[in-house]
Amino acid sequence: MSEVQRRDPRKEWIARNRLHPRHLEVLAELGRGAASEWMGPHGVLRRNPHAVGFTGPNGVKRIDRSGAQQGVTGGGAAAAAAEQKPRVEISDPAFSVVVVPDMAGGRLSGHDRDLLGLARRLADVDSASRGVVVAVVFGPHKESSFEEAGIDRLLHLDSSDVTGYAPEARLGALGMIDMAWTPRHWLLPDSKLGGGELGRRLAARLDERPATGVWQVEADPNQATGWHCIARGAAESLDIQRELPRITLALAECAEPVSETRHAAAPLSLPEPLPTTLSRIEDLGQVPVDPSGVALSEAEFILSAGNGVKDWDGFHHAAEVLGATEGASRVAVDDGYMARDRQVGATGTWVTAKVYVAVGISGAIQHLQGIQTCEKVIAINMDPGCDMFKRADLAVVGDSGKILESLVTLVEQSREESRDAA
Amino acid sequence: MQPDSSRRPALEVTVLVSVGRHPVTGRARRADQDARGVELAKSLPNAEIGLLHAGRLSECDEPALRSYLGMGFAELSLLEQPEGADVVPAVAEALEASSSQLVITGERAEQGEGSGLMPYLLAERLGWPLVTSLAAVESVENGQATLLQALPRGQRRRLKVRLPALLTVDGSAPAPRQSAYGPARRGQFDSVPGSVCDDEPWSQWQVQPARKRPKRLKIVKATSPRDRFKAAAAKSEGGGGQVLTDVTPQEGAEAIFKLLREEEVLR
Repeated sequence: MSEVQRRDPRKEWIARNRLHPRHLEVLAELGRGAASEWMGPHGVLRRNPHAVGFTGPNGVKRIDRSGAQQGVTGGGAAAAAAEQKPRVEISDPAFSVVVVPDMAGGRLSGHDRDLLGLARRLADVDSASRGVVVAVVFGPHKESSFEEAGIDRLLHLDSSDVTGYAPEARLGALGMIDMAWTPRHWLLPDSKLGGGELGRRLAARLDERPATGVWQVEADPNQATGWHCIARGAAESLDIQRELPRITLALAECAEPVSETRHAAAPLSLPEPLPTTLSRIEDLGQVPVDPSGVALSEAEFILSAGNGVKDWDGFHHAAEVLGATEGASRVAVDDGYMARDRQVGATGTWVTAKVYVAVGISGAIQHLQGIQTCEKVIAINMDPGCDMFKRADLAVVGDSGKILESLVTLVEQSREESRDAA
Repeated sequence: MQPDSSRRPALEVTVLVSVGRHPVTGRARRADQDARGVELAKSLPNAEIGLLHAGRLSECDEPALRSYLGMGFAELSLLEQPEGADVVPAVAEALEASSSQLVITGERAEQGEGSGLMPYLLAERLGWPLVTSLAAVESVENGQATLLQALPRGQRRRLKVRLPALLTVDGSAPAPRQSAYGPARRGQFDSVPGSVCDDEPWSQWQVQPARKRPKRLKIVKATSPRDRFKAAAAKSEGGGGQVLTDVTPQEGAEAIFKLLREEEVLR
C-alpha cells in the first residue's frame, strides 16, 4: 500500500457544503461526523464552525463554552479529574509515618484527612529520600478513596479482637507495628472518637512524651527532628511551642488535606499474627439511649417537622419508632406544636446530625444554616420546588403523613424479621 | 488482707483532684471534671472516699482546694510537690501505698500542660486497666465494676472492668454538687511530703497565651476562568441529590429506609 494520502477533492467539497444531499454521509466517511476539529492532510488544524454548538429552543444556534456539554457524555467531571491526578508510587521508602485514623462511621473523616495531609508533609520533606504514609485501620470500613487521601501503605486489621471497643488489643497491635517498622512519626487525631485515647495509651506504653492538641507544625532547622509544633494546653488557654516529638496527637485543621496527588494505598500486613491479649475491659455493647434526652446539638439522627406536618401524633410515633431525636422548624414552634428548645436553625440550635430528616420543611435560609454541618439530609415535601430539595441528598415528593406511616411499617417489619431470625 | 469484712467498707475510692482555672476570669477554682469525679464517687454506695491532691498549698490555691472539702469531706490528702514538678511518680507511689480499688480523676488538667496523659501514665505504671470518659458507675460487685462510658453524640456504652481500675470523667458525668462554705472552712489538709521529680522539658518549651486559630480559607483549584467564577459565586448547596417525584408513599418510604439502613442510624 502506498503511504501517500490521497485526497478526494469532490468529497471534500461535499463535506464543506452543508446543503449537499450527501453531506452527512460523506462527513461520516471522512471520519469527522460530529467532530468540529480535525488534523488536515498537511498537518494544519482544520475547524468546522458549523459543527460547534447546538440549536437552542428558539431555533437559534447556541455555543456553550463551559464544557458542560462534554461533561454530560463523560460520566462526571469529578471522576475524570480523579483520573488526571498524578499517581505517586514510593517503592523504597527511607522511613515511615504511621497514621491511625478514627474512621468514624467506617469512613475517613475530615479530621482524618487533615491528619493524612500533615503526614504527607512530614513524609515528603526531603524529595531525595521520601517516606511512606502508613495508615492503620481497625475493623470493617466503607472507605473507597484511600488513594486520594494520600496513603501509601494501608494496614487493615480486621480480626474480631480489634473490632469494637478494644483499646488494649489495638494498643498491642500498635506496639507490634512500632517494633516491626520503627516509624519516625506517629500521628493520631486528638478526638473523642478513640484517637485521643489510643494515642495517649500508646505514648504511655512506648514511654514517649507526646504532643497533644497540636494545631500547627512548621519546619524548624534548629530542632533535632527538623520540626516544631504548636500545641494547645491548659484547657485551650495556652499555646505551647516545642520540638515535634515522635507521637503527635493533632487537632482538626492541623494541615491541608491531600488534594493533588493519588497514592498507592498498597495493602500491608503485619510480619506475625497478633498475639491474643487478655482484655481486662469487657465491651458489653452500646446502650439504647432515650433519643429525646439527647441534646439536639449533638444528636446523631434527627426527625424534624415543619409547617407541612398535619398529623402530629403520627409524627411523634414515627420519631419514637425510628429512634430519632425530634426537631422542628420555626413555624412549627411558633404555632405551638413543638417546644422552643427543639427549634433547629439560626435562632434555635445548630445541629450536627449524621442524618437529618426534614418533614414538611420548605427550607428557609435560617433553617438551612442550622443544618449546614449535617451529613445526609432527607426531605419529604409536597412542593417539588422548595429550597430544602436543593440541599437534600434524598428528596421525596408526597404527603408526609402517608410516607412516615409506611416508613414506620417498614421499620417495624424489618425489626420483626430480625427478631424471628434471631 | 481484710480482717473484718463486715465492718470495713466494701470499696475504697481515691479521687485525684487538681486546681482548675476559671475559663473567663482565669482565677483558681475547683476543676470541673475533677469535681464531677468527686460527685461520681459520692454516688457509689458503701464507698470510703479519699481526696488526693499533689501540689503546694499556696494562698490562691487554698480556696479552690477547700471547695472540694465543701462537697462533704473532713480532710484532703496533700502530697507536697514544688511548682512545675512531674507529679506522676509521687502520685503512683501514694496510690501503691494505699489500698484503693478505684481511682477516679478528671480527663485533663485546666492548668499547666493539660495533655490529659496523667491517668494513662498512672495506669501504665500501676498496671491497672483504665476506662476513659465515664458517665456513670452502674454497679461494683465481686471485684468487677459495670460502667457506662460516654461516647460522642450523647451515646453510651456499657463496659465491665476488673478492679483495681482507673477511671476518668469528662463533662458528660453528672454535674457536681455545690460546695458548702462551713465544711469547706472546717476541713483539714493532711500534708505528706512526696518524692520530687523535676519536669525538665516543660521548662524548655515556649509557653504563651493561646492565639486565635486562623480560619481555614476555601482554596479553589480551578483550571478555567469559568470554574473560578463559578466557585467564587456559588452558593453552598449539596447538589447531586436524588429527587423522587411521582412515587407512591411506599416507594418513597422504601428509598428513605434504604438510606437510613446505609447510614446505620436505625437500631
